[in-house]
Amino acid sequence: MDAIADDGLTVTLPRERWQEFGRFAREELGCRYFNWLSAVDWKDQGLEVLCRVENLDAALVLTMRTRLAAGETACPTLTHLYRGADWMERECYDMFGIVFEGHPDLRRILLSEDWEGYPLRKDYAVDTPFAPYR
Amino acid sequence: MPETQTKQVVEVGYGGNERLMMNMGPQHPSSHGVFRMILTLEGETVVAVDAVIGYLHRCHEKLGETLTYVQYPSIASKTDYVAAMTSELAYVSAVEKIGKFEVPRRAQYLRVVAAELQRIASHCLWLGTWCLDMGGALGGGATVFLYCIREREMVLDRFEELTGARLLYGFHQIGGTRYDAPPGWDKKVRETVDFIEARIDEYEAMLDDNTFFRVRTQGVGVISRELAQEVGVSGPLIRGSGVSYDVRRAEPYSSYQDFDFVVPVETAGDCYARYRVRMVEFRQSIRIVRQALDGLPEGPISSRPGVKSVGQVRVPKGEGYTRVEGARGEVGCYIVSDGGPKPYRMKWRGASFSNLAVLPHIVPGHKVADVVAIMGSVDPVFGEVDR
Repeated sequence: MDAIADDGLTVTLPRERWQEFGRFAREELGCRYFNWLSAVDWKDQGLEVLCRVENLDAALVLTMRTRLAAGETACPTLTHLYRGADWMERECYDMFGIVFEGHPDLRRILLSEDWEGYPLRKDYAVDTPFAPYR
Repeated sequence: MPETQTKQVVEVGYGGNERLMMNMGPQHPSSHGVFRMILTLEGETVVAVDAVIGYLHRCHEKLGETLTYVQYPSIASKTDYVAAMTSELAYVSAVEKIGKFEVPRRAQYLRVVAAELQRIASHCLWLGTWCLDMGGALGGGATVFLYCIREREMVLDRFEELTGARLLYGFHQIGGTRYDAPPGWDKKVRETVDFIEARIDEYEAMLDDNTFFRVRTQGVGVISRELAQEVGVSGPLIRGSGVSYDVRRAEPYSSYQDFDFVVPVETAGDCYARYRVRMVEFRQSIRIVRQALDGLPEGPISSRPGVKSVGQVRVPKGEGYTRVEGARGEVGCYIVSDGGPKPYRMKWRGASFSNLAVLPHIVPGHKVADVVAIMGSVDPVFGEVDR
């Protein structure tokens, strides 16, 4: 755990402790405010999932991050802890193809159901044609 | 739609308790954009909502990775096009934070004036269209709409004098602002806010004393304090649910610590509470505009000399998240820089996206007509939801 000046706490976690720490943040640290969840594609070093939660009363900002192994796309869900994780994880699945295990309704949210590929992956070219317009 | 959704469409019967699936949108007039809700009804009562978004998706985050730091701010305004000033500000603040660019005090004050005027303009549009949605109850409803649009036009005229544009401004740039206030502009802004301040009393007289308005908004669409935090709503929604959270207070940016203003909080969490919060915000924004104009320092408006090529602004390796208080709540931008002229990764935290995510939790149990009132009180802008 390391503190970054003026940007709260950042905690880097192994994938297995993602949910466990999420519960700790919510119950023990009082981080009830779910701000956002997203990912970064580090190419051959795998995908990284980030989640920012806050304790508004104590002005505590906590960024959780976990790195998935290269080629791996499964990450545990946080939806049972935060209802806000529902749409954010769906967006993350839509854009990066990260499968959130345990999410009750994991389907694409911004793109259509028949979209191929995950646009925010680094190997997805900007000019990739979409099926009906190929 | 996946299989499971399409299969349970209609269960027709005459027993009186059959369920009906109804489609609302994406071209429904009350959606103020393109938004589809699949409502499951029992009679007039909504029992489940499936919100379908993404009709306006342009993948701004991928665009941000392909455009340089100099090119992107003018595109940033197209996320939340009703409050373009604050979305630009979110992007340039994030770049300034990672790149450690100084912003001169005059530019900081000009940004505050622009952001607060934008909040007034955005709230005007929200109030007008929301009242139009609930039209029948308000004696036609178009009255408030036309008044609000008139006031919004005055603010847009001020923006036109400042930037030359009325909707998408390109006012902010990394290290300051692109334009300085033209001579005599502050006097016109003062006249505008004086005029609007008097008009807000009129809106309140029209709405607060209207029994139909109160019936349609009080106790409707209640967001509990707990739910508001868990879903991550922000702006007037979370303040209407009893949480005093305002980015301008929690993490002052752009000299907001210099100004004296009140963060309104209501505890009821219903549509009426959100309306009350926004009405107070109108007046607080006017207060901040006056203070900023009074204290507007002299000096340069940008710390960065003009560039000849768009690739010349480079940001050192690093990452950062910056948030600003937009008209709809926390607008944030997370940027990862690899040292090049473009961000490696850019994420928008759209206030409308998180605010809209609360709909499936609060709509069930209400009548179909209330769906319109609730959605209006959330004030989503679909450019920002879909990005």
